[in-house]
Amino acid sequence: MTAYLDIILVALILSDFILLGSGRLGNCIRIAAWQGIMVGLLPIATADAGFSFRIAALGIAVVVLKGFVFPRLLNRAIRESASSREVKPFVGYTTSLLAGVLALSASFWLDGRLSFPLHLESAIVVPVSLSMMFTGLFLVVARRTAVNQVIGYLVLENGIYALSLAIVRDVPFLVELGVLMDMFVAVFVMGIAIYRINMEFDHMDSNRLAKLRG
Amino acid sequence: MTITLLFISLCTFLAGGLVPAFLRGNSRFSRVFGPVANVAGCAVGLLGVVLSMLYGPAESGSIHWGAPSGSMAVGIDPLSALFALPVLVISALCALHGCGYMKPYAAKGKDMSRFWAFYNFLTGGMLLVTVARNALLFLLGWEVMALASFFLVLFDAGREPVRRAAWIYLVATHLGTACILLLFSMLGSGGSLDFTGLSLPDRSWAGAAFVLALVGFGTKAGFVPFHVWLPEAHPSAPSNVSAVMSGVMIKTGIYGLLRFILFMGPPPAWWGWTLLGVGLLSGVAGVLMALSQHELKRMLAYSSVENIGIIGMGLGLGLLGISYGIPAMAFLGFAGAFLHVLNHSVFKSLLFLAAGAIQNATGTRELDQLGGLLKRMPVTGAAFLAGSVAICGLPPLNGFVGELTAYLAAFTGIQNGAGTQGALPGIIAIGGLALMGGLALACFTKAFGIAFLGEPRSPGAGSARESHFSMRFPLVALSLLCLLMGLGGWLLVGLVEPVVGMLTTGFGFPVATGVHASHAESTLRYASIGSVSVIAAVLLLLFVRSRLLARRSVTTAPTWGCGYGSPEPSMQYTASSFADPLTGLFGPALGTGRNLASPGGLFPDRAGFSSDTPDACTDRFYIPLFTGMERLFKRLRVIQHGRINLYVLSIVVALAALLAWKLG
Repeated sequence: MTAYLDIILVALILSDFILLGSGRLGNCIRIAAWQGIMVGLLPIATADAGFSFRIAALGIAVVVLKGFVFPRLLNRAIRESASSREVKPFVGYTTSLLAGVLALSASFWLDGRLSFPLHLESAIVVPVSLSMMFTGLFLVVARRTAVNQVIGYLVLENGIYALSLAIVRDVPFLVELGVLMDMFVAVFVMGIAIYRINMEFDHMDSNRLAKLRG
Repeated sequence: MTITLLFISLCTFLAGGLVPAFLRGNSRFSRVFGPVANVAGCAVGLLGVVLSMLYGPAESGSIHWGAPSGSMAVGIDPLSALFALPVLVISALCALHGCGYMKPYAAKGKDMSRFWAFYNFLTGGMLLVTVARNALLFLLGWEVMALASFFLVLFDAGREPVRRAAWIYLVATHLGTACILLLFSMLGSGGSLDFTGLSLPDRSWAGAAFVLALVGFGTKAGFVPFHVWLPEAHPSAPSNVSAVMSGVMIKTGIYGLLRFILFMGPPPAWWGWTLLGVGLLSGVAGVLMALSQHELKRMLAYSSVENIGIIGMGLGLGLLGISYGIPAMAFLGFAGAFLHVLNHSVFKSLLFLAAGAIQNATGTRELDQLGGLLKRMPVTGAAFLAGSVAICGLPPLNGFVGELTAYLAAFTGIQNGAGTQGALPGIIAIGGLALMGGLALACFTKAFGIAFLGEPRSPGAGSARESHFSMRFPLVALSLLCLLMGLGGWLLVGLVEPVVGMLTTGFGFPVATGVHASHAESTLRYASIGSVSVIAAVLLLLFVRSRLLARRSVTTAPTWGCGYGSPEPSMQYTASSFADPLTGLFGPALGTGRNLASPGGLFPDRAGFSSDTPDACTDRFYIPLFTGMERLFKRLRVIQHGRINLYVLSIVVALAALLAWKLG
């Protein structure tokens, strides 16, 4: 099964780079959805010990939420705010790609320094999930549009999910569901917030919200 | 059985709070359900307290409820019972008073559900504080109590001063809670927060723990200089709420202080000295400030500071008795403090309820707008007089009992104290108590005289009428309670004896309470006999007077008539002119501001005088402190830029730095 696992992990890395280099919001949402689906398939790919109902249910829940529900919410948000492009991001796309490469190499370096007590399914699972976390954080920091920031959070969460799957192997079901619920609420609230911000201010530039502080 | 009753009582208060909260808008239902639930909960709880007093303490054991280190441990021992008793009695009576007192608000269309919800939460919170046997549960009760009373203070939130007062109260109570949290983290460092497992890891921490307890609980109790919230919050709250807050809620501070210093081992002498000093300061400053106030409820709030000072002095004497090994002083000091806790809860709530009745009848609380109310509101007037006599510590009413015991403690300290060590606190306490007693007498003579005697100074006071039965009943009941507790003072000693025994044993200094109790009882019995004979003599004189006047014609004239052609109410003494000789004497300490517009010219047409005594602690300490802090923290606004990206970036940088530090 390691082959499937490695394929998924490499695909995750590639999706990160697409996200870093793309300015079209619709495109970014689509890529994030695919990333969600691949992350959802991870537990199924790693389940060499047996294919239990629990793992299947978890995988399906993740795929449905991250692959279909979240993108729908985000798509609605950009449709209603009638914005399709990230304009003037804080960090340009080329620089972003370079930062992604840097993040990936930093992750590999970190993987060498960290020592995990458990036997890992794949040699690259830890660096890949670390680089996803960095990419997610980078997207949150470097993008101006609220939708892209939400996507950043999603990527960050995907990274956490992949890492926890790699390290803990047997993630308690309830904990996982809890994280999913959090994400769901977060995306939901942000979707609504983006919509409201847009309604009130005629834009969804989170930077300009700084005016609201007291 | 006892524990079951306590649980039922707590659940009743919970229901009494939740049901009106969910039925918001149904004001009429809440106005019946709220007080009924409160009185029922109090009755059940009272049964439990009485049972525990008769058949000894009870513990529930710890029942876990999920929160880390928290457990539903409830128990009642003499100390809890002593403080739960006034909580339940006074709350029930004030709930009854509230039925009548709140009518004008309800008539104005104000939603009463919120009031009754928070009132029940307040009573439940106070009961939970006194019976909790787990620090987390205690904190839960403490916060429920603080927040419920905050919202009750905020009842009349439409007025700006009320919002300001509530805000001051909220800040004060949470600064206190912060100290209590620190204290609990020290006491609970053994891992368990159940009271059975609380202890200090090291004896050297005891001093810091004591200071934290004194500040944390002293803020709630109202010790100077942490008293600033009392004169703000108590006048702003509805009167029956101020009665509960001033009568019993501030006592939970005393309870907490005692409960938690019990876990700190034998008290060194400086604890007793500190409490004695803080008590003396609170007492003298409180009564002086009370004397210089012109607003009835504000004056009563300051007088609470004074009485908390008396309690603090009693506790100080008790602790010093333990430290210096004088059992008689230890017993009498604690006993005096506890007797005063019980007595003060009765007469202070009586006075606040009477003040509420006055406010309802006249529409004002300014003493200089009142006058002549005794003729118009005889029951309220008599009740206020009873409360005033009691609070001045005069026989035959109950204030005398506690103060006499505190005096006895001081005298035994002087008698038995080896050298100056034990004698000095006794001398200080006697001087302080005497000064406070005299000033309190002046203060309440002023309050009663200006408000109830003479002629009305405003149309509102002139048209005042006696209040509704639901308001008169608690007044009469509390006045009778004052009289009975005063005459049966020696019986109260039996009530506090087990508490003192528990405290002294807890401090590792067991006192033969029976011997000292019987000594105190015999003294108090003589006092009661004296009181009864005084009452009998007064009744006899009244009888003789009525016989002598029976066959003569009796005419009545306006007060201060004195042969003037057309007497005016403005010719009477005012509150500030009555107090002026005394406030003038203490002028430098009080800082009373005078605003005099002298009459001038050959035909003076306009003149005026007003005086105002601001709280020196607020003006000279807290306002500069908080302004300075605000200025300091404003500089931190730079990092509050409001940009999510940069917030996340700072988190990332911090995480990366931590990772690099750990791995590098």
